[in-house]
Amino acid sequence: MIDPSLTLESPQALPARRRSGLCRRLWRGLRKAPWSARFGLLVILLFGLAALFAPWLAPYGESQIVGSEFEPWGASFLLGTDNLGRDMLTRLLYGGRNTLGIVLLATCLAFLLGGVAGLLAAVRGGWTDQLLSRLVDVLMAIPQLIFALLLLTFFGTSIPMLIAIIAVLDSTRVFRLTRAVASGVVALDFVEAARLRGEGTAWIMFREVLPNILPPLVAEFGLRFCFTFLFISALSFLGLGIQPPTADWGSMVRDNATLITYGDITPLLPAAAIALLTIGVNFVVDWFLHLTSGLRDEH
Amino acid sequence: MKQTLTKMLLQRLALGGLSLLAVSLIILLGVSFLPGDIATEILGQSATPQAVAALRESLGLDQPLYLRYFHWLAALLHGDFGQSLANGRQIAELLAVRLPNTLWLAALAAVVAVPLALGLGFLAAIWRNGFFDRCVNVATLSFISFPEFFLAYLLILLLSVKAGWLPSLASVDPSQPLSERLLQMALPALTLTLVVVAHMMRMTRAALINLLASPYIEMARLKGVPRWRVILRHALPNAWAPIINVVVINLAYLVVGVVVVEAVFVYPGMGQLMVDSVKKRDLPVVQACSLVFAATYILLNLTADLLSVLSNPRLRHPR
Repeated sequence: MIDPSLTLESPQALPARRRSGLCRRLWRGLRKAPWSARFGLLVILLFGLAALFAPWLAPYGESQIVGSEFEPWGASFLLGTDNLGRDMLTRLLYGGRNTLGIVLLATCLAFLLGGVAGLLAAVRGGWTDQLLSRLVDVLMAIPQLIFALLLLTFFGTSIPMLIAIIAVLDSTRVFRLTRAVASGVVALDFVEAARLRGEGTAWIMFREVLPNILPPLVAEFGLRFCFTFLFISALSFLGLGIQPPTADWGSMVRDNATLITYGDITPLLPAAAIALLTIGVNFVVDWFLHLTSGLRDEH
Repeated sequence: MKQTLTKMLLQRLALGGLSLLAVSLIILLGVSFLPGDIATEILGQSATPQAVAALRESLGLDQPLYLRYFHWLAALLHGDFGQSLANGRQIAELLAVRLPNTLWLAALAAVVAVPLALGLGFLAAIWRNGFFDRCVNVATLSFISFPEFFLAYLLILLLSVKAGWLPSLASVDPSQPLSERLLQMALPALTLTLVVVAHMMRMTRAALINLLASPYIEMARLKGVPRWRVILRHALPNAWAPIINVVVINLAYLVVGVVVVEAVFVYPGMGQLMVDSVKKRDLPVVQACSLVFAATYILLNLTADLLSVLSNPRLRHPR
């Protein structure tokens, strides 16, 4: 579900010849990928499948109370029950489905917003660029978590609001990157040629510039996905993100944290799931950057 | 050249002041540009019109925008942050207790994290692609991927519940002696340190490697200068700017990172106060906290800017 290289843009944006080239390069790279990247891909695949098929995999209903509180691991409740007597494994599966869906939606929206604005700023230049860039500067001057908390006070915590707030805040980062990489491409001769040919702004943005800045954007998508995932989990953990009774990994840690003081590791499972997925995505992004190297090397 | 230096410094200062102003505008007046009425939003649809009107008045929503902003600014300059909606207490009093606690925690984490991260970053850059580098790379990548609360609870489980060395909840109060206080703060500070070290170390390494790839370093190597001397005499003077940047960016990150860590350890700091107030939709307190956090963040970034201009050898030693 979330191989980041497949979800970012429709493949039609790339000319056919280049697309097959990129696919072949990815496939060749995959065959000699390091163990860390293979591990990452496997984790992403497993999480994706679990999220997609959660209703069929889960033994009970999402918020169905099936036993007493904090039952230990056993045959009928594989991972025990939570603070309200709901099955832990079921909550874990549904939580993954809910969190992944919300994060994916927020990240896609952020890329749509930030990417289009960034391309527009780079291609149009002039006052469009100035206006957008200064706006983003101001928005980025406030720490993201603090800004999100402020906006959540304004709007209240509902899932559509949460997605919108995170998408807008995240799009500022996407804007910066897109604008920076795109302005390098805009200065090249073939863009000038397209301009002289009389192509419109939209054509230049999506047919001339976008295909040439895809690799760094795809890598950024992976990193942003991780960041948003951690961010939403942190908000839910604080009790300000995804609200009960909807299952979610961040709030599951919070609700069951008392068990930790008795030396029980069950509440750490959702947190470990978050960590595992973000590590997986990070490994894949690391490898992808290495594969398309020369574009960006952060370490 | 001397003039360029002063001019650049003044420019940065002006920019910092400007962004502070813009941010205070967003935080204080952002409410008014939103669709709907914040007073109705907070009180709910079923509130009586009198209650809504009273809340609007206490929030100052009945005044024109510019007046409200100037009133706010004037009150702020006198140290008056207004009153909490939830319990009517002076926000300045709340902050006077909470802010020092948070600064203490952040400072403790920074004192441990900065030397550690810089040291590790140096070593990783020198032994690039070696065994040490690869181990540190995987370890820090993992730490970055962990949610903060995962690290925090993991540490509680290992060091507090299993080993019994450290208290799992940080209950501090001003009457405690310093040693007791440090013990109470050990786990939250350790959690913050781990998170920040990973970031800072990776950024230090990247900055140094970037620099070591430049032609003049290669020239020095070809000349036969020993490795440590290349690093100390040739690379370091130019590396200060990126390193200062790395340190300050991470300090700024730390100030924000405390929010989650404070929530885990029930540490009575600014982060707790803000999260609680968001839950109660106590707008004035949230605004005050946002302002303090944002101002700290902007001031730290401004410091980084100024220091990196000052540490630039080409600007300091004009030809």
